[in-house]
Amino acid sequence: MTSRSWSAVQQGATIILVSFLLLPVAALALTLSWSDLVAGARHPLLLPALRLSLATSTCSLTLVVVLGSLVAWWVARHRGRLSRLVESVTQLPAVIPPAVAGVGLLLAFGRRGLLGSFLARHGLSLAFSTPAVVLAETFVSAPFFIQAAIAAFRRVDENLLTVARTLGASPFRSFLRVALPLSAPGLVGGAAMSWARSLGEFGATLLFAGNLTGRTQTLPLAVYTAMESDLRAAQALALIMVVVAFAMLLVLRRMAREAGDA
Amino acid sequence: MALPCAILAATQLTVFAASSLRDAFQELAQRFETEHAGAAVSFNFAGSQELRTQIEHGARADVLASADERHMRALVDADLAVAPRTFARNEPVIVVPAGNPAAIHALLDLPRAQRIVVGAPDVPIGAYTLRILEAASSRYGPGFRAEVEARIASRELNVRQVLAKVRLGEADAAIVYRTDALAALEAVETISIPADLNVVAEYPIAVLRGGSHPQLARAFIDLVLSPAGRALLGRHGFR
Repeated sequence: MTSRSWSAVQQGATIILVSFLLLPVAALALTLSWSDLVAGARHPLLLPALRLSLATSTCSLTLVVVLGSLVAWWVARHRGRLSRLVESVTQLPAVIPPAVAGVGLLLAFGRRGLLGSFLARHGLSLAFSTPAVVLAETFVSAPFFIQAAIAAFRRVDENLLTVARTLGASPFRSFLRVALPLSAPGLVGGAAMSWARSLGEFGATLLFAGNLTGRTQTLPLAVYTAMESDLRAAQALALIMVVVAFAMLLVLRRMAREAGDA
Repeated sequence: MALPCAILAATQLTVFAASSLRDAFQELAQRFETEHAGAAVSFNFAGSQELRTQIEHGARADVLASADERHMRALVDADLAVAPRTFARNEPVIVVPAGNPAAIHALLDLPRAQRIVVGAPDVPIGAYTLRILEAASSRYGPGFRAEVEARIASRELNVRQVLAKVRLGEADAAIVYRTDALAALEAVETISIPADLNVVAEYPIAVLRGGSHPQLARAFIDLVLSPAGRALLGRHGFR
């Protein structure tokens, strides 16, 4: 292939794929009139779902970032069968279909589940509650952050940590003051992916947490529920969700850039 | 190699049916396939509201069997379905997990449940549930409906998902059709709703305009309406 036709092939592929990826998102916006959008914004399902989605995805992101950073740091600093095993296990939810995750969560934490039956005897019932939404989101989104964090931590120069230690910093302090700032761009990027996955979570939530306005009905579930009666309302909700997700992504991108510059 | 080719060669009759029809219709399809050599029935079971939305958005199907008149009427009005006929009746009941942990013995006891699961308002069973709760409120007092609604843990998108929550023991009570309760006898107990507070669910069936096998579709509907079809539906608890 000549270099000219090779670059033409690349350009062609780019045009086809980019327009394919862009078209559905554009269609959401372009086929909706302003009055439909206003009606959608006033839809009774929107506000409770938006509030719930933001609250639960923030909760699950916090869990994932705090616990995930510690796990990722341990995995990144250890070479051996055990750390490879831990790494594989943390990646498992990424390859499990969300619906399967939902069934698994129900069988683990449901009233008659492996752990759930024990919890239920002590008066704690997780399934079909807001905490169930957080658990479902944490389960599906953790791999995205952990993988990015492991990669970022592995790039931290061992010598810098040694220097910090010889200057008297404790392992915890050198993690906090050296490793975290150095890995910040990767961590923020991973957190953004993880958060986006949480916000979009649908299958596991529907099966494990159910569908109740204000308590377990997140934005994707609200879109699905609205779709059953009124496509326009579903579309308006979907568009609002895209806007929210995009705005959050921009904020996180900016944070990652600033972290990189610092 | 031969098997996939045979499947492709067979005439596919696509039937969209309400979730509550799953067991009965699968049995009917077996019968239909033995009576019509070369025809294969493929099903899409979902909440009737979802089937309607799919048809409105161009899903190609030959037959629709809905669990309420409302969604069928909307499709007839849009000229997507033709000449619906009522082929079965069903009755909402309360189901509780085997052992009845919340000790519910009548509709009036429903507020004793910690967790109740119902259908979403657009799902036929959810719409029927709302009507039942309204009727019950006018008898048991206006607080009844509010007390029940305070205990609703989920509004599911089809009746079999409602039933599944009781089967799993996740819900202490749910409102489903009598036929669903019969399909899960080993896992649930059934409590009837007083007839004067209950509703009768009527199931219409119709040929769809967008289908590619109208004659076969009519034959399928004829089987559903035939004495043999009715007897089979009766065995599954339909009336």
